[in-house]
Amino acid sequence: MIWRVLLTLAAHWRRHAGQFATLFVGLALAVGLWTSVQAINAEARASYDAASAALGGAGAQRYEAVDGMPIPVAVYAALRRAGWAASPVVEGELEAGGAVYTLTGIDPLTAPGSAMGAGGDGEGALALAFITAPGVLLAAPETVEALQGEPRLPPVEASAQVEPGAVLTDIATAQRLLGLEGEVSAILIDPSRQGLRPLDAVAPQLAQAGGEGDVARLTNSFHLNLTAFGFLSFAVGLFIVYAAIGLAFEQRRASLRTLRALGAPLWSLIAAFVLEAVVLALAAGLAGVLLGYGVASALLPDVAATLRGLYGADVGGGLTVRPGWIVSGLAIAVIGALAATAQSVRRAAAMGLLASARPRAWARASTRRLGLQAVGGLAFIFAGLAAPELGDGIVAGFMLLGGLLLGAALLLPPALALVLAGLQRAVSGAAADWFLADTRQQLPSLSLALMALMLALAANLGVGTMVGSFRATFTGWLDQRLAAEVYVTARDEAQARELRAFLETEADAMLPIWETRRELLGAPGEIYGVADHATYRDNWPLLTAQNGAWDAVAAGEGVMVNEQLWRREDLRLGQAFPVPGGPELSIVAVYSDYGNPRGQILIGIDRLTELYPDVSRLRYAVRTEDPDTLMEAVRARFDLPRGGLVDQQSVKRFSLSVFERTFAVTGALNVLTLGVAAFAMFASLTTLASMRLPQLAPVWALGMTRKTLARLELARAAALAALTFLAALPAGLALAWALLAVVNVEAFGWRLPLHLFPLDWLRLFALALAAAVLAALLPARRLSSRPPRAFLAVFAQER
Amino acid sequence: MMIRLFAALALIAAGAPAMAQGFAGLGTEAEGFAAPERGYQFEFPRDHLAHPQYRIEWWYLTANLTGEDGREYGVQWTLFRSALAPQAGAGFSAPQLWMGHAGLTTPDAHFHAERLARGGVGQAGTQADPFSAYIDEWEMRSTAADGDALDALSLFARGEQFSYRLDLAAEGPLVFHGEDGYSVKSAAGQASYYYSQPFYAVDGVLDLPGGEVAVTGTAWLDREWSSQPLSENQDGWDWVSLNFETGEKLMGFQLRQSEGSVYTYASWIEPGGSLTAFEDGALTMTPLESAAVAGREVPVRWRVELPARDLDVEVDAVFDQSWMATRFAYWEGPVRITGSHGGRGYLEMTGYE
Repeated sequence: MIWRVLLTLAAHWRRHAGQFATLFVGLALAVGLWTSVQAINAEARASYDAASAALGGAGAQRYEAVDGMPIPVAVYAALRRAGWAASPVVEGELEAGGAVYTLTGIDPLTAPGSAMGAGGDGEGALALAFITAPGVLLAAPETVEALQGEPRLPPVEASAQVEPGAVLTDIATAQRLLGLEGEVSAILIDPSRQGLRPLDAVAPQLAQAGGEGDVARLTNSFHLNLTAFGFLSFAVGLFIVYAAIGLAFEQRRASLRTLRALGAPLWSLIAAFVLEAVVLALAAGLAGVLLGYGVASALLPDVAATLRGLYGADVGGGLTVRPGWIVSGLAIAVIGALAATAQSVRRAAAMGLLASARPRAWARASTRRLGLQAVGGLAFIFAGLAAPELGDGIVAGFMLLGGLLLGAALLLPPALALVLAGLQRAVSGAAADWFLADTRQQLPSLSLALMALMLALAANLGVGTMVGSFRATFTGWLDQRLAAEVYVTARDEAQARELRAFLETEADAMLPIWETRRELLGAPGEIYGVADHATYRDNWPLLTAQNGAWDAVAAGEGVMVNEQLWRREDLRLGQAFPVPGGPELSIVAVYSDYGNPRGQILIGIDRLTELYPDVSRLRYAVRTEDPDTLMEAVRARFDLPRGGLVDQQSVKRFSLSVFERTFAVTGALNVLTLGVAAFAMFASLTTLASMRLPQLAPVWALGMTRKTLARLELARAAALAALTFLAALPAGLALAWALLAVVNVEAFGWRLPLHLFPLDWLRLFALALAAAVLAALLPARRLSSRPPRAFLAVFAQER
Repeated sequence: MMIRLFAALALIAAGAPAMAQGFAGLGTEAEGFAAPERGYQFEFPRDHLAHPQYRIEWWYLTANLTGEDGREYGVQWTLFRSALAPQAGAGFSAPQLWMGHAGLTTPDAHFHAERLARGGVGQAGTQADPFSAYIDEWEMRSTAADGDALDALSLFARGEQFSYRLDLAAEGPLVFHGEDGYSVKSAAGQASYYYSQPFYAVDGVLDLPGGEVAVTGTAWLDREWSSQPLSENQDGWDWVSLNFETGEKLMGFQLRQSEGSVYTYASWIEPGGSLTAFEDGALTMTPLESAAVAGREVPVRWRVELPARDLDVEVDAVFDQSWMATRFAYWEGPVRITGSHGGRGYLEMTGYE
């Protein structure tokens, strides 16, 4: 019995192939976006795990010099001679063809995780060319091309193991390219080995750097961000599925009644609906998973670049198929389809045997239902607003986002109904009156698609505003922070002395940039010393400060803290701050420090050298009227290490390129979400169009041409999209505010001012209109070309 | 000793497909490297140290030991040097690679460990005054107050499951194989510089999973360097160093060639240190019994004959599974000697697939 019922129901899809396609594509798109985000997250997490396993197979941890400077090779040799399983790493930036790449040099003979270093079966290869001059650079295929033209670089080979923008090579090659001969950047050590001379006795200048636990913690918020986006996309997609299944049910009312009349038991109908939903969900889900794989592969390089730029976390550029996200994609497809079917099942169960088989697609929205929806929407918004009050952390931040978005979506149909009713009262003329009344009639059927559009628009506006605000703040901040024209790093103390002597006469000022890495309030942090100079007083971006803050710092009595540390530790101005190994200094100011995951403090330069006499004194910011001439002179006179002489513009360019990559993913997901919403609109309109003939036929009979009718259809879609955009605007701005003031603070530790970008709104408005008109175009064209016979038939047919 | 040559090459040619070219490349004449010549005047301690202008070199020590528990033990300590170019260099770019192998054999277990390092950064190498050859914390260090640097040594190595610390005192002079240390390795004339200190008395401590064991016994140090690789028709190698109860010693090897023939050599060493070299054909080595080791059949009992010295003995592995599962795997372990002469020694075999 159930088989026959199923066949009867399935026959519907044969007659409505377009509707089937809508359902299928909608579900596939929803699952696809969700899956892509899951896949990206899974890949990133696997990379962290692999990194910790590669190191952790031997349990190796990363150690850096306490003062943040390069480590003499002798320290590495001493560790090995003491029996520690240590492996050196050299890192730096490689400039080629105007772009900057991160260069990592390893020693394949001792690298943990490399079979060369592990001993045993010798499965791994030590390519002779890799360790022999001139060496080999390994890079992702897309990076290889950019590097190949550089004559001073060794041969480049493509490797899928290396992420775009990164270059891997032998440690000797890296040292040569970076001018770091005799030094390494970090040493990987397995600290668990027993019975050896203690690490702090062998290499007292080293300290364990933020381990992978740190990376996981830092990147968590980023992944939550992505997950939220994935979920949003899925919600939008679900609207499509819900709408399509609902309409399909309405259209199959007649068949259902007939089946029931023929004796099919109710349970068989319900079973058939469920079975249909599951089969559809699995098929569409599979397509979605494939789509998700494609999207994730395309986005992963950017995500990898983001994670590296922002957190220093290494994620490979290649995507691996993992059962985790495939199952999650299929599961969410089935759950979504079943949720969408639940309504149909409920209606089928409630349907009387002799009920009218007339589709109820245009059941006039009851005032009561709209009222309920409005109340629900408001409840969501309030719940969202309450979330940060009730709980802390990024989850509360996302609850706020979710509440705002869902609430706004639910409020949309009642708001639209109100506006249309108001307009109807205001206009005169039969045609306008009919147009508005007809639009109101359609509202219930279109409301799901409009809600999806609104969600997408609001997300777009919100994220766009957030990124724009961030960019505006960031560039302004860079201008302030990078006030000096030239930055130099000496090779050693002797060269630094010569450099100081030279620049004393040649430059306007030479400001030390000396720093040391210490624990600040129990977490890894940085301590910088600042000279008493107008450059800082005039430019340094302070968020809040006491009077005479710079004087206090210069006198060695005050300390400035960065925003991250200030927010994380809930510090206050005037509070005493324990400087490691020194006295407690009063907090006199807070400064913004975007892009730095660590806590940081500024103290007077004299205080710094007094507390940490062995601090490395090699870096300086140089003020000059004529940076080009000065750099020429320095270059001619000094043999500085690679990257030892940088002008302000290059630093800014690099910082901004990191920034742009960071938000490339957000932008891409944004566009995709909007695409899904446009598709939802298209699906709803197409389905509606075929059912609207009986409504249009009388108007046609009264003398309105088919062309006018079609034009009105287009106008309606545009009008609805415009109204939806107007509703999305405040929702989007609220979203942007929530992102800037709540989520970013939790995720990154800094709060940004909200900037408004009306031009972007206009662009998005045009995009929304275009999407709506495009979605309405096909149904409208069909309407205008429909033969009059079809319109006439409406009157002839007994319905 | 051929295994040592193989192993030194394997350090560079790590056995992966990409390596084939590198291996073949090294199979050709050594470009720019110094070559051993007849009539070379050894000079110490200079020649105890590394010779970076030669392609391959090793410090190879094997010891037959008896524990306070009455059990037999064997210890191997090896430092290989392999040059990519004929100069010392400094820093990570120095074209010198180093590899350490350590083995410890008991009557029922065999432990091994391997270390790799680059020359030029102080992680591995040799130094004079006092003489030291080292890789990581492994070290062979001279403790001689006067006389030759190799007269007294301390030796240390460590693996995941074991470590050993031995003190060695030479009770005889250095001996020079072949023609005063110029050792011909094949009919085609490939040769190396090769000398040994076979007269060590040893005491020390082994650290095993079951606890520490104090040991005493004898040890044999080989020093060899060359630039010339093997012939292509050489499949494998069987090598013994034997200490007889009479105080006499034998170092012998046979090179198994693919057409089934062998090339042999033997050094007969008198208790006083005088050495007689026996060229190809004087020594015969006949496998008597094999054991399944690491998925292959390896002879673990041999008949060794040197008729010119009335030698006809059976050489029997203390532990059949003395398998060095290192990057280039081979069999190396202590043996017992019975027959015309009694005693103990070391056996090394490679090329059994």
